[in-house]
Amino acid sequence: MRVVLERSNLLKSLGHVHRVVERRNTIPILSNVLLSAEGDSLQLKATDLDLEVTEAAPATVEQKGATTVPAYLLYDIVRKLPDGAEVMLRTDEDGNAMSVISGRSSFRLQCLPQSDFPELSAGTFPHTFRLDSKALKGLIEKTQFAISTEETRYYLNGIYLHTIETDGELKLRAVATDGHRLARAEIEAPAGSEGMPGIIIPRKTVSELQKLVDEPDVTATVELSDTKIRFTIGSVVLTSKLIDGTFPDYQRVIPTGNDKKLVIDRQSFAAAVDRVSTISSERGRAVKLSIADGQLTLTVNNPDSGSATEELPAEYGSDPLDIGFNARYLLDIAAQLSGDAAEFMLADAGSPTVIHDSADEHALYVLMPMRV
Amino acid sequence: MFASASPSVNDPDRGFCRDCLTTQRESSRRCEVCGSPRLVGHPELYRLSLAHIDCDAFYAAVEKRDNPGLKDKPVIIGGGKRGVVSTACYIARIHGVRSAMPMFKALEACPQATVIKPDMEKYVRVGREVRAMMNELTPLVEPLSIDEAFLDLAGTEKLHGMPPALVLGRFALRVEKEIGITVSVGLSYCKFLAKVASDFRKPRGFAVIGEAEALDFLAGQPVTLIWGVGKAFAATLEKDGIRSIGQLQLMERGDLMKRYGTMGDRLYHLSRGHDERRVKADRETKSVSAETTFDTDLASLADLVPILRGLSERVSARLKKAGIAGRTVVLKLKSQDFHIRTRNRRLGDPTRLADRIFQTGLDLLKKEADGTRYRLIGIGVTDLTDLEKADPPDLVDVLARKRAMAEGAIDLLRDRFGKTAVETGYTFGKYRPRRNDPETEQ
Repeated sequence: MRVVLERSNLLKSLGHVHRVVERRNTIPILSNVLLSAEGDSLQLKATDLDLEVTEAAPATVEQKGATTVPAYLLYDIVRKLPDGAEVMLRTDEDGNAMSVISGRSSFRLQCLPQSDFPELSAGTFPHTFRLDSKALKGLIEKTQFAISTEETRYYLNGIYLHTIETDGELKLRAVATDGHRLARAEIEAPAGSEGMPGIIIPRKTVSELQKLVDEPDVTATVELSDTKIRFTIGSVVLTSKLIDGTFPDYQRVIPTGNDKKLVIDRQSFAAAVDRVSTISSERGRAVKLSIADGQLTLTVNNPDSGSATEELPAEYGSDPLDIGFNARYLLDIAAQLSGDAAEFMLADAGSPTVIHDSADEHALYVLMPMRV
Repeated sequence: MFASASPSVNDPDRGFCRDCLTTQRESSRRCEVCGSPRLVGHPELYRLSLAHIDCDAFYAAVEKRDNPGLKDKPVIIGGGKRGVVSTACYIARIHGVRSAMPMFKALEACPQATVIKPDMEKYVRVGREVRAMMNELTPLVEPLSIDEAFLDLAGTEKLHGMPPALVLGRFALRVEKEIGITVSVGLSYCKFLAKVASDFRKPRGFAVIGEAEALDFLAGQPVTLIWGVGKAFAATLEKDGIRSIGQLQLMERGDLMKRYGTMGDRLYHLSRGHDERRVKADRETKSVSAETTFDTDLASLADLVPILRGLSERVSARLKKAGIAGRTVVLKLKSQDFHIRTRNRRLGDPTRLADRIFQTGLDLLKKEADGTRYRLIGIGVTDLTDLEKADPPDLVDVLARKRAMAEGAIDLLRDRFGKTAVETGYTFGKYRPRRNDPETEQ
């Protein structure tokens, strides 16, 4: 293999691909990135056996071929090359090493045969639909924060993506929960998504995907089966296994009878929660919300250091109520809301509270109270 | 092995009588009031305030207290068919029985001994009574185990109206009278020598090592006296020709550190009687756990699961009693060939519930039940927290709250009617109350 390409193109593609590689690997080939030169591009591929990312970078292929080299090593080398440089990648005749040559620098990297590189993308994907990157980004960002990290309930370690019919319309819905909070976002179901199975996209895939949808006005093609999903965004293809499990019946936990409505200014609320929680010794301690006619009082008590109180104007007309929430969870949700106002639907101090986004009727959050 | 100690250690020099606590006016061999020979005296006696207190043959002493018929007989406390000696009374020790000796060897040495299975709950209870009495002397009590502790009595003279040495003498008498076991006291100026001293005149001892004689005293002692010098390290030192602490006293610090690393630093300081460690009260609890060694090795889940459940309940009971919770569940297994496996799992929230500890442990155990024969299983929690965030209501697991309530109800029933009043199917019928175990029967 002999190929020449611009450093910036190689760096961008490697940047996307190398993140998939786990820092510590027991299987040596998984530390490597697969490089294959053909036509007018160099294709890069990396995998952790659950997730695979491939990307093509424009290149001048002088001799086609393929090999694998350590991903982080190559990334670090290319990163340190001067901007605007040209890079040549050339394998030895016996294929045991690859040279990286740029200007006066040259490196020789140990290779592993490309035939050992695992293939994840095989298989059929019976369902295909297209999403614009903004919609995909919205689904991810509004729900990602609620993904659980708990090993025991592995089926909560991802975003549950499925279609559902509400009000006579088919919606594509993303849901994530860790048992303390739940986030739900939906868009109009794109053509081709009808009939797709409900799937759980693993956390790592979600976070890689999120980095790929940052560019606006790109269309993502989504293909999926019961066990795998593939996103094609521009020249990047991300293929991932899905979490093999059953997502719990989340509809059941979204309260419908909460009748106490509290409306507050989102930004001042978030700032106030942030301020009063300063007094608590660690993040994630309880903030008490005392809600009375037209006013919300936030209180944090820390027996070791003191207490904090802040009052906010609020729209509220029901019976006074005291309820506690984890400060961090409140901030997480406040950060997702896009409108000026946050709307809380409350029942009592021990029951889940529903939070709506005034600017996005399709987003919904549920938060479990804490004892205060 | 300390019999050849320097004679100054216990010279009566205006000491006091350990039987009637009378301060002696002049040196003599017997108390001028009660005639007891148990006098303690030392030039620094009334200036020293750091003590190490150790109960004598603790488990055996407790059993003898509860069964006076055993008083003059050799008693060995040790467990089960494959057990080792955990404590031998002083009569059994005369026959050569030692702690950690395999039971069959102990019985070869002393066939007439009465063997008693350890009743840990009872020992813990008695140990706590002793601890409570220690806490009346000073807030600075640092327990080392169930039956020994360091006490720093500095500055308590006004409070007690007497110097620390007398306070300790009174304490030893009180433990004998009120609890019915004996203790040995070591009094010195640092932890290292206090501990050495308490070992010195066991049982019912009271030994003093002052600052002035520390160097001379240590010079004649073997290196194994030093904390952290076990068999293996002693062998290393022996290879280098070092047997006595006196030899260490002649060596340079840099030289010792070059040869033995940080341990060399310890050797340098301790051999000269320098020990700056302070007595720290209430060492923070880092984990709560329970474990058990089986009579015969077990491999199947069917055998292991009920035991795991029982242990989980014990851990949970201790967490509930202490008002704490743990976030990481740790499973410990020791295989037939003494290989230890530990497996951890971090939970989403801290817990104190037997059910969650057990279920998490079970999940971990399933992966380890691969046919390996185990001799020990243990379960515990670490990452301890207070209760604020423990076992919160869960959005998804709607049954969690019900299970927690059921467990609360079980706890209440057990509090009233005893541990076997209500059980889960996991342990039912598999629970064998231990002999002479009023605690478990209540």
